[in-house]
This record gives sequence, C-alpha cells and structure tokens, in this order.
Amino acid sequence: MEMSKDLVAASATPLVLAILAEGESYGYAIIKRVAELSGGDLQWTDGMLYPVLHRLERQGCVSAKWAEAETGRKRKYYRITRDGRKLLDAQRQQWHVVDTILRGAWMKACPA
Amino acid sequence: MSAFVDRPLEDQIAQWRTFVRRRQAMHGSDVEELEAHLRDELGALADAGLADDEAFLVAVKRMGNLDAISLEFAQAHSERLWKQLVLPAERAEEPSRTARIEPLVVLALAVAAGVAIKVPALFGLDIARGDELFFFRNMGLFVLPLLTLYFVWKRDMAASRAVWLAGPFVAAAVFANAYPFRERGDTLVLTILHLPIALWLVVGCAYVRGRWFEGSGRMDFVRFTGELVIYYALIALGGGVFTAFTVMMFQAIGIVPEWFVAGWLIPCGGTGAVIVAAWLVEAKQSVVENMAPVLTRLFTPLFTLLLLAFLATMGWTGRPIDIGREVLIGFDLLLVLVVALVLYAASARDPLAEPDFFDRLQLLLIVSALAVDGLALMAIASRISELGFTPNRVAALGENLILLVNLAWTAWLYGRFVLRRTVFAALEAWQVAYLPIYSLWAALVVIVFPVLFHFE
Repeated sequence: MEMSKDLVAASATPLVLAILAEGESYGYAIIKRVAELSGGDLQWTDGMLYPVLHRLERQGCVSAKWAEAETGRKRKYYRITRDGRKLLDAQRQQWHVVDTILRGAWMKACPA
Repeated sequence: MSAFVDRPLEDQIAQWRTFVRRRQAMHGSDVEELEAHLRDELGALADAGLADDEAFLVAVKRMGNLDAISLEFAQAHSERLWKQLVLPAERAEEPSRTARIEPLVVLALAVAAGVAIKVPALFGLDIARGDELFFFRNMGLFVLPLLTLYFVWKRDMAASRAVWLAGPFVAAAVFANAYPFRERGDTLVLTILHLPIALWLVVGCAYVRGRWFEGSGRMDFVRFTGELVIYYALIALGGGVFTAFTVMMFQAIGIVPEWFVAGWLIPCGGTGAVIVAAWLVEAKQSVVENMAPVLTRLFTPLFTLLLLAFLATMGWTGRPIDIGREVLIGFDLLLVLVVALVLYAASARDPLAEPDFFDRLQLLLIVSALAVDGLALMAIASRISELGFTPNRVAALGENLILLVNLAWTAWLYGRFVLRRTVFAALEAWQVAYLPIYSLWAALVVIVFPVLFHFE
C-alpha cells in the first residue's frame, strides 16, 4: 500500500520508540522490524531512519553507543531512555485519540 | 548508478562512501553508520542469492535519495551548516609542535604588546594624562614589532634573515622621536599617520618569510590585511561592550574606574587584540569564507552608482568642486577605497575565469573614479598658488598622484582584459608590484617632510 509521506513521517517517531522499547537495537534491525510489523505495507527509505534516530538522540529520548557487532564490524546501538518512554506514552495517547475520532467519524460517513 | 556497476564490491562501497562524505551535513560517524547499514543489507541480499552488483544496486536504492537524506540530516543537525572555527591543533590528527604551543606564543606576544604600551609609564609618560602625542607617534612601534616577531616564529624564519627586519623599527623609533616637532604641528600629524603604513611593509616581509618577490605571498598578505581589519573591528566591538559593562558595574557601587579604562583596558586591550586578531586570521583562513571580497562585491555596485550620480549631478548643475582645506584628503580616501575594492576583488577572483559582468562594473568604477579625481585635481591646480604648499597639501597631492597612476594603469589593463587582449594575472601582478610604493611614500613623508617643512 502506498502511504502518504506526511503520515509516514508522523508515525516514524512513535514506531521507532516502540521498537526500541522492546530492547536495544540498531538501524538495520529497526528497518527489518518495521517491515515485519507492517507486513510490508509500510516501506521506509532506509536512509531516512537515521536523521530520526539522531533527532531523538539529541532530544535525550534515546541514547546511543558504538559497539562491535557479531560480524566484527562497528555498529551504533540505540537504547530508549526514560524521557523516550514518556514521549512514547504521550504519543500513544495522542494516536489513540486520533484513532477514536476517526473511527467515530467514518462509522457515520460510510457505515459498512 | 551506472558508474557503480562492474567493479568489485569493496570498490563500489568505497566510491559510495566518498559520494556520501561530500555532503556537509553528514559527518564521518554518520557515514560509518550508513555504511554499516549498507553492509548489513548487502549481507542479507547475498544470503537471498543475489550477485554482488545486483545486491549493491538494490541496497543503494533502498537507502534512498542521498539529497533528501542529507536534507533531513541538515534539519536534525542545523549547526553543521555553519562552519565553525576549529583551531588547527584540534583538527589535525597529529598536531605539530608549532600548532600545540601556538596559543601560548600568541598569548605571550599579546601580553607583551599590552605591557609594551605601559612601559613608557615607568618614565612618567601617561596616555590618559596629556602625553597621548608620544603614544600616537609611536603607535606602530608598540605592536608591529611583536606582530613581526609572531610571523618570524610562525614561518620559522632564519634568525640571520629576521635580524634585518629590526632595522626599520629602530629607524622608525629614531625618526618619530628625535625630530624636534612643533607641538601638534602638521608634520607631526603626518608622521603619526604615515609611520604605521611604512612599517606595515616590514610586517609583510615577515609574513611572506622574507621572500617578497617570490610566489603568491604578496597577494596572501593583502588577503591577510583585509581579514585582519575585519577581525580587529569585530574584537573592538566586543571590547567596547566589555568596557561599557566595566564602567556601568563599578559606577553602580560609586567607583569611577576611569583611570583603569583609559589607562589600562583600552591601550593594553587595543594592542594585544592586534596579535590575537592576526592569529585568528591565520587559524581560520581555510575554514571560513573571506569576508573582505564579500564586502567588495556588495559595495562595488553601490560606489559605482555613487560616482556616476556625482558626475551626472556635476554635469547637470555645473557646480564646481569647492576646494576647502580637507577636500583633497577626501578625494584621496575615495581613491584608496577604489584601489581597495579592485585589490580585494582581484584577491578572490579565479585568475583563469573569463571576464564577466562584475569585471565590466569594476572597470566602470575605476574610470568614473578617475574622472571624479581628475575634476578635483583640476580645481586644485587652478588655486594652488593662492592656497600655498602646506605639508598636508603636498602629502595629499603626492598620495593622489600615486593612486592615480595605479588606477590609470589598472583601467588600461582592465580594459584590455575585458576585450580579451591580456590575462587577468597581468592586472594582479601590477597591483601586488605596486604595494611597496605606498609604504615607501609613507616612509618618505616620515623622513623627509619634517625637514623640508622645518618641523612645522
């Protein structure tokens, strides 16, 4: 399914935070997890993930460290912080509100 | 993408990496992170059975448009688009000995400049209490020898060569102080104004490592001078704010720190700041865009318009130039400004570029400046006998002549260049060859004029 760009951008932050709430991870694995969760419906441009991660790191919502991966190469791992969890909760509530409103509106507009 | 195909995988990755690195908003570690991602993707695709070059194309495609990504990076790290002044010691992987102790040397020289200006106080001369003429006529001698010393050290000049640079400073000290000037006379004022210009050539000699006539050093010295003026003005602005706070805060508790501000803060800060400004210009030359050529670009059209408007108004109204006492100096300064605009435009120009609109504008600026100055000179020539030859007037006329010769020949060369009869390098060579003349004339004014005019 082709998603609108704005919607992809808006959902990026809560999605990344939710995936990191499952445990420490790195860029490539996050992309894989998104594909898995969406069943392929949500296609991210891989490179776009990193600016999102860096912005969250700067806001203190995630912390990052370089470590050696099992392949022997260096990899940057991200971990959610307490502020990140707070942000995730807040975003979840906001999305929930939006979801509820949309459901109600659609129920009336096109009762299927 | 075709450039990536048909190469071993590592080559392709290396090429991609260089391609990403060119983007200002992405730093080394970002590139590493993206590369790690690319390699993970490549690994997964290879496991799925793709050949190396197929996998590479798919992985790069999935990574996305680099322009769009770098735009996102720029938004996440907006500070990266502003070049920061990183001092070389931090930037180089293995700082050289010079780079490591340079801040200490600069600090020592700046403090020495601050101390130098307080040394005369030991002999009862106080800048804040009536002895300012002594300080003004020796102004260049407090700080320029130390600036010269900085470049002797920085350029690692041989001591046997550097010693010769001391000669002009000693001579300058003699001419400034041994002549029996009349108190506040014209020739004394001329010495005050011209001595620093004469000595600036000595700084230039140290700057180019004593090799004045070799290579492009002279044009670098021109660039250095322009940036130094701008940096010094910026530091002086900061110094003004600092001074204002000093006065304001102490006045709030009923203490007037005038003796400190006028006797210590301004003279010591003002001299020390020259050394610091010189150091900053040296440190940042490759980091930040030069400011002087930017100002040149801004003001060349404006001054051209001004000169043309002035000529048109004179022609329309028929008003003659009224030669008052100081008008000639005003027109001298106008020529200085035009020479500076030409010089700094040349300093930033690619000598191999074809003549463009800006070159024609410069030519127009020079020609209109010559016309305006010619009118001023004619007005003076008709009245010179009744005005008489005072030291100021002779000095101003001499300077006018020197600048006029420079601009006339520059206009000739520029005209030929715009018509593609000569190369831009000829113009640049003429400008840098002319530089010592300004200092030599200034030296002449300092040495000969007082005697010629009986120290009036």
